[in-house]
Amino acid sequence: MAELIDGSKATLSNEEILRYSRHLIMPEVNLEGQKKLKAARVLCVGTGGLGSPLALYLAAAGVGTLGLVDFDVVDYTNLQRQVLHYTSDVGRLKIDSAIDKLTAINPFVEIKRFDTYLSSQNALEIFSGFDIIADGTDNFATRYLVNDACVLSSKPNVYASIFRFEGQASIFATEAGPCYRCLYPDPPPPGLVPSCAEGGVLGVLPGLLGVIQATEVIKLILGAGEPLIGRLVLVDALAMRFRELRVRKNPECPVCGTNPTVKELIDYNQFCGIRGEESEAASNAKIPEIQPEELKRRLDAREDIFVLDVREPHEYQIVNIKGHLIPLGDLPTRIHELDSSREIVVHCKSGMRSAKAVDFLRKSGFKRATNLTGGILAWVDRIDKTLPKY
Amino acid sequence: MSIKVLIPTPLRPYAGKQSVIEVNAQTVGEALSGLVTKHPDLRKHLFAEDGKLRSFVNVYLNDEDIRYLSKDSTPVKETDTITIVPSVAGGR
Repeated sequence: MAELIDGSKATLSNEEILRYSRHLIMPEVNLEGQKKLKAARVLCVGTGGLGSPLALYLAAAGVGTLGLVDFDVVDYTNLQRQVLHYTSDVGRLKIDSAIDKLTAINPFVEIKRFDTYLSSQNALEIFSGFDIIADGTDNFATRYLVNDACVLSSKPNVYASIFRFEGQASIFATEAGPCYRCLYPDPPPPGLVPSCAEGGVLGVLPGLLGVIQATEVIKLILGAGEPLIGRLVLVDALAMRFRELRVRKNPECPVCGTNPTVKELIDYNQFCGIRGEESEAASNAKIPEIQPEELKRRLDAREDIFVLDVREPHEYQIVNIKGHLIPLGDLPTRIHELDSSREIVVHCKSGMRSAKAVDFLRKSGFKRATNLTGGILAWVDRIDKTLPKY
Repeated sequence: MSIKVLIPTPLRPYAGKQSVIEVNAQTVGEALSGLVTKHPDLRKHLFAEDGKLRSFVNVYLNDEDIRYLSKDSTPVKETDTITIVPSVAGGR
């Protein structure tokens, strides 16, 4: 493989030489490698779970130019794993919080700030200023966008993704190697694969995977070792087992194959079948809803309302409003527990699962089922602030 | 013969919460149909309505993607492991 980074023109000050001395004395890096690190420009897409350890280690290692893309704001539920952000950062832009920490770790790193949502309109332009792209995003549409933009601009995509206590990592879109679409030609239909927000994630897991990404980025820069190209590493943190699978370049791949059909960036929301939030809301529009205030008033008036909670038992344990618990997945087999003559108010965490439940119930003859708007989170916000949110 | 199928975390709720399931099979296709017979809830997560394996679910025999072997008709041996690798996107 041709050298990705030319470090010959980079210079290190005496202060930098001292800082990187543990690199400089090892033959796999040495002065030449450290100059490559300094000359390298790496873009981290996302500064969340994966992006935190990734950017922290790349900054510490002396990557000269670090680009950050994020539009999000730090919230309390991020702090369990997104180690770039502190309690005092809640409410701030993640990118500003990230820049503070990275600059504090290594003031010699030049940081490029992209306070924006990565899109088909801006991706190629943003990527053009970098040598390597590291994908720390959290949804299929952006993952396909990052992959295609990497293939189209001939830049390696250092990839990882996580779910609960399992992760996957690889390098895609190198000249000889496969791309993400070679591994997964199509995204799953929306709703079939849960996100971290829905399924949860062990806090240290993005640490493990983000550090694998950082390691692979640094190896690509140095041109050292065996890069994770054409191999998918599966990490199971619960079993603490690492497995490796082969990923082949698919000659029929629509973006990196011999006769590509995707020659420019497309609409990735459409590709992923995402109706987007608006149309999701539109499809829920037919589902009758009840506001938390109204439910509270009617319960207080001792009206006959059956509250059905369709979350999982472990969520019920965290907080509940004494509803009857039947997890959404069990509803079809436990529907006999419900009385179709009664008014049923269904709730979940934020209103999505319960909308599905209400839809199912009404189709099954429970004509008096309604959905609690905003789920138990809205109840806590608007009715009983003493309850915990999660 | 009995062969091991490794079930990834996202699919375990549909497979009786198990991480490894043993099935009797001579081919990868038989192993997968044995799997969804034992755990019918898995079917819609592995197969599309036309019965084809879903394109965001990869099946590996040991470390090789069955798309590059003989797909469903790939023969299996007692010591083989089938791994189901669905795409996941989480990162935040």
